[in-house]
Amino acid sequence: MRHSALIRVTHWITTLCFLALLVSGVEIVISHPRFYWGEDGNVLNPPLFKLPIPASRSSVPTGYLYVLPDQNGWSRYLHFQAAWLAVLTGVLYIIHIVFSGYLRRDLLPREGDLSWRAISLAIANHIRFKRPSEESYNLLQRITYLAVIFVLFPLVIWTGLAMSPAFVSAVPVTVTALGGQESARTIHFFVSLFLLLFLVVHVAMVCRAGFTNRMRAMITGRAGTDREGM
Amino acid sequence: MSDLSRRKLITAGLAGAAGASGLAVAAGLAKRYGLIPPDHGGIYGAGETLTYAAHRLLTRHSLAREFPRSQISKNPFPNGEPPQDEDFKRLEKGRFADWRLTVDGMVARPASFSLAELKSYASRSQITHLACEEGWSFIAEWTGVPLSQVLDAVGILPQARYVVYFSIQRDWWDSVDMADALHPQTLLTYGMNGAELPVGHGGPLRLRVPRQLGYKNVKYITRLTVTDDLKRFGRGLGSASPEGGYAWYAGI
Repeated sequence: MRHSALIRVTHWITTLCFLALLVSGVEIVISHPRFYWGEDGNVLNPPLFKLPIPASRSSVPTGYLYVLPDQNGWSRYLHFQAAWLAVLTGVLYIIHIVFSGYLRRDLLPREGDLSWRAISLAIANHIRFKRPSEESYNLLQRITYLAVIFVLFPLVIWTGLAMSPAFVSAVPVTVTALGGQESARTIHFFVSLFLLLFLVVHVAMVCRAGFTNRMRAMITGRAGTDREGM
Repeated sequence: MSDLSRRKLITAGLAGAAGASGLAVAAGLAKRYGLIPPDHGGIYGAGETLTYAAHRLLTRHSLAREFPRSQISKNPFPNGEPPQDEDFKRLEKGRFADWRLTVDGMVARPASFSLAELKSYASRSQITHLACEEGWSFIAEWTGVPLSQVLDAVGILPQARYVVYFSIQRDWWDSVDMADALHPQTLLTYGMNGAELPVGHGGPLRLRVPRQLGYKNVKYITRLTVTDDLKRFGRGLGSASPEGGYAWYAGI
């Protein structure tokens, strides 16, 4: 597939932002690796669940005898700056794919894609490790990208905003619709896990489809040199 | 160079120039309308400025959520240790009868208040959420005097832009802009859940800024200074938080 310049640039900015958000997000989580449901929760309450890791704050009972170095300050600065860049890039990307026809042509399922026959064929091809066509995305690719773009990213932004005390003062439904601020934090964590899962599978698939060619396509915009549609 | 790439170059140049001048105009406007936080320098300055500016445009007058009494947390976590020094212990022994809050800076009538004097003002109680930057939180009923009332009593000068507040713990000081200082929910808090504010939660006097994270809600307040310029305080970043690596504005 040939990627337009805007797709390539927004792809790599998003990659950079996602890695920054991931690293800083991990640092923020280890300051309190406990999760709650509802509006409130702290170390004096039983958690919904806790991560079996040490914490970077001594006030958290983790069962470990040591406290990790506290990296929350710069992690928070970086997290929010990367979030801004990711959101602005995402807005540009959405506008582009809607108006260039890319969304309709390359992401939304094609006519006939959604019949049981087509779906089971796509799944069977995937299970048999059949390499996807390089001309256009197959159904599973389309559904995955659509879910990441229109479900996971909006959810992670929404649950992030729901943790902002100032933002929810202006738009309270952001947090009440999720069941509370600690629920928002818990959902934010799980959506981030799904995004991480996508990243891992995405990179694995790129390797499987031919790392050099796929990277060249996303960096220079030139399609691969080997035979297409293998 | 082909015509096409020359045209592209000119277009890109024009777009770049327009973008740069647009940014300059935006920066000028942002400064004029107080949309730039004191910790705007450094590599994270752009993100901080975007957050603070967006919040000042969107949330200047919005009210923090208030909860029904049934949602008050049974176990509010008092983070950190109360001050261990002799001065504080002496004041605590005297049930804080000698606690003073001094108000100075850009005010018409600098003053000093005892807790009894603060309690003689009309009080406000509100059940709000307090979230720590670590991720935990609790809900409590807070009672106190709105900061705006105390500022009214001393008469702030028109050029005032920030209120700096100091804890008896020397390392803790912070500041808020006038939007938060005059906000009806910003309280000099002396009561919690129907009783005196416990020492663990900042008693006898804590500034509650419910639209910002816990660390902005400094405990053991002894002094307020009204100013038009934060550069004169500490390292000029607005509070002790950025000096320790944390954002000045904690509305996130």
